[in-house]
Amino acid sequence: MIFEVFRRERQGQPFQHAGSVDAPDGRFAEIYAREQYGRRQESAALWLVPREAVREVDEFPDEFDLKYRRVDGYSIKARLKEARAAAEDVARSRDAFSAGEIR
Amino acid sequence: MTARVDRLLELADDELIVGWRNSEWTGIAPFLEEDVAFSSIAQNEIGHARALYELAASDLGTDADALAFDRRPDEYRCAPLVQLRFVPDWASTVARHFLYETADTVRIGALKESVDPAVAGIAAKIDREEVYHRIHAEMWIDRLGEEPAVRSALEGLWGQALGVVDEELRLELAHRLKAKLGWAPADAQPVERGAHLPELEALWEEMTMVRRSAPAGARW
Repeated sequence: MIFEVFRRERQGQPFQHAGSVDAPDGRFAEIYAREQYGRRQESAALWLVPREAVREVDEFPDEFDLKYRRVDGYSIKARLKEARAAAEDVARSRDAFSAGEIR
Repeated sequence: MTARVDRLLELADDELIVGWRNSEWTGIAPFLEEDVAFSSIAQNEIGHARALYELAASDLGTDADALAFDRRPDEYRCAPLVQLRFVPDWASTVARHFLYETADTVRIGALKESVDPAVAGIAAKIDREEVYHRIHAEMWIDRLGEEPAVRSALEGLWGQALGVVDEELRLELAHRLKAKLGWAPADAQPVERGAHLPELEALWEEMTMVRRSAPAGARW
């Protein structure tokens, strides 16, 4: 049986995935996880989860490209580039006007 | 040599030699996780030996390394049970591990009540680590105890196990073993400490090789 091992480094911190152990049952897994993830005092607590208990979700379709729902928000790179180009145009016209080239 | 030093050396020699024997599985245990766990247990036993040697050494005016490595094989006081070499026989290893850890539990339990505060203190510290060795040994017995190879190893080593503890603790040890296994051999005679098996000498040769090869007083 494979157990996924989560490790809490210090009291109050979140558990984070540390690795896994292969063991005949939960009791063996406890001893093995203790030896592999705890014997150097590197953990305040461990969680052992049988791999079958883990429900994995790994598909996130976004067919309509709904960028506004994404964690990174809109991509503003392209718009920023346009805005910079426009600003440069304005500056160039103003300089030309000051220099008397445009009346 | 005082009775206290005698007692400490018996214990320390048992822990050093069983730790060494267990470490012979490093790299070749039945599977990776067990390899890590059993090697870690071996390291713990050798750590206990060090603490016990240090206590004895302070009485004798020497140091732990000298006690661990500079004596002749026939000066070691370890019980025959820990001297036996079992690699690659995992069934006998599991049997010895369980018998030794149970004997150690009984012995350390008695030493925790010692009137000597240094001995009682070190026994309490050792006991806190031994808890996990015990759990580990009992798990294996729950899993393999009824296998013929393990069962016959348990029967064959029973007398050696009784010899690990003092006479007055043997009844308690026999009770504990029987309580866990549900059976006990009809007539197992204790094998007393003091015998030196040929395989101890071979272990000693290997264990002290580096120490003996270096000039006296070498620093590492």
